[in-house]
Amino acid sequence: MAELHMVVCVKVVPKPEEIRVDPETRLLERAGARSEINPPDMNALEMALDLKDRYGGRVSLLSMGPPFFEPYLRVALAMGADHAYLLSDRDFAGADTLATTYTLAKGIQKIGQVDLILCGEESSDGATGQVPPGLAEWLDANQITLVNRLDVDVKRQLIRGRREIKGGYEVLEVRLPAVISVQTASNEPRFMDYRIKSQASMEDRVTVWAKDDLGAEDSHIGLVGSPTRVSGLAQASTHERRRQFLEGAPEDIVGQLASILHELS
Amino acid sequence: MVASLYGVDEEQKAVWVFLEQEGGKLTGVCLELLAKGRRLADQAGWQLGGLLLGRGVAELAQVAIAHGADEVILAEHPLLELFTVDGYSRVTFEVLMQYKPSVLLLGATPNSRDVAGRLAVRLRTGLNADCTDLRLDADTGLLISEVTGFGGGILALLESPDHRPQMSTVRPGVFPRGEPDRRRQGKVVRFPVELTDDVIHTRIAERIIGEERDLTQAEVLVIGGRGIEGHFDLMQDLADLIGGEVGSTRPPVDEGQVERERMVGQTGVVCRPKVAIVCGVSGAFHFVVGIQEADTVIAINSDPEAPIFEFADYCIVGDVFEVVPALVAALRPAPEVSEVSHG
Repeated sequence: MAELHMVVCVKVVPKPEEIRVDPETRLLERAGARSEINPPDMNALEMALDLKDRYGGRVSLLSMGPPFFEPYLRVALAMGADHAYLLSDRDFAGADTLATTYTLAKGIQKIGQVDLILCGEESSDGATGQVPPGLAEWLDANQITLVNRLDVDVKRQLIRGRREIKGGYEVLEVRLPAVISVQTASNEPRFMDYRIKSQASMEDRVTVWAKDDLGAEDSHIGLVGSPTRVSGLAQASTHERRRQFLEGAPEDIVGQLASILHELS
Repeated sequence: MVASLYGVDEEQKAVWVFLEQEGGKLTGVCLELLAKGRRLADQAGWQLGGLLLGRGVAELAQVAIAHGADEVILAEHPLLELFTVDGYSRVTFEVLMQYKPSVLLLGATPNSRDVAGRLAVRLRTGLNADCTDLRLDADTGLLISEVTGFGGGILALLESPDHRPQMSTVRPGVFPRGEPDRRRQGKVVRFPVELTDDVIHTRIAERIIGEERDLTQAEVLVIGGRGIEGHFDLMQDLADLIGGEVGSTRPPVDEGQVERERMVGQTGVVCRPKVAIVCGVSGAFHFVVGIQEADTVIAINSDPEAPIFEFADYCIVGDVFEVVPALVAALRPAPEVSEVSHG
């Protein structure tokens, strides 16, 4: 192997804290929300950049989404990634996990010569965490999920990943090529380098591919390629609570609280 | 449309549960899925099956039967002693292709999610992750999975009409467990496993299992959020006094202040305690789903406008660093005035 080639899968999502629920309709108002790179994906990117610092090689970014994702990819380039690939096509829309992982896998095959694919633990909007194993299956690659520390043996083409398991941890070793998901908040993503940022917007470092560029089959992509259908939407019904504020001087409140606890237990 | 490897016309009318085991025990979420699966199967007049992989785990098949399974497919092999995604996915795939169940439910645990994600692609079928409720339409045989949408305010109902199996994962604590009935009769069917080293691509280099915490079964929870600034010792003091466990929202877990297993909410566990005391928590929806099954919620927060008060029965506006120590002092049994014997 000439050099370690890593691909980081990133998604652009609306900032959860800026999404408002309309108190009347209880519908989500996404319009006013700004977007960001899915925060768990930033941990995957940081891990890739750290591996690049330690072992050399290059880091590519891969995303599936509309053209407005591009400036976000440039921010990630300014953190130290080498190139970005955006899979963008109207026919990709409405994809569930099966169609999404198929499309991303096609992108990775088109990029070619990929050793290690890094994903965030889950997306803050979908939160299914099922993309990494699905991607590994399409690519016939090995996988380690929820990794918080990773070492690469470049010569032997091996990775060793540490993951938390119930009450402890395990260290798993698999051969490359492999897909890993990175445990959220397991590292501190670096800041972007403004010098690179200005270069990044000059140079042609974002490649956009549509379905024909990938040779993706129509039957496998977007809504058509998705087994899952949304059959209905409902408002989340939360348990109706008393919402009783305890009033009085601090010691009264504590007294009331103590007797409530006595009663309940 | 991509066809799944087996279709609706070939399906066996059965709900199956993937029985994850660890350290000689079925995981708690499997027991919850067996209880829910039993109800779904009864409503539709279907069978409830379990799929159990491992080594020397035959007695767990009886546990699954006591918890509601009619039939357990038991696949044992030395190479299945420890979980590897390669070995477990391969054998599970073979069993599914032989029995073709209509529905397959899995716990949303790290290992079962790994298997679920692989299998859904291998079988070319749909996968609904982290479902908050499940329904089985008796007429159509469709599994309807409820998931919470972005931010949690909206529920989406998902189904896979044309693909089999209908796969869903459910987080621990979403469904209650049933009482085991040791007299229940069921069938155990051994599935012949052929596995060789070369198909296991994962080497377990190191494995340390510590003490397991199961917040889903706690009767009392004291939960700290960002507002307690990492002072989980304060939470522990209160929990010790009232016989409870300590829980956390996501930020302190991400900051490394407390173990991940204590995380309550959409990405943690869903709890159903009698009492949850929630300290210094703002009340984001993805946290609140973790306590909505609590009988009583008590919230302490210095901000009277904090959304958490919308989701609490008793609301205390105050500084957690004053209220909690005062509460601890009030609850602590008065030291016995030991009369020194005058004799």
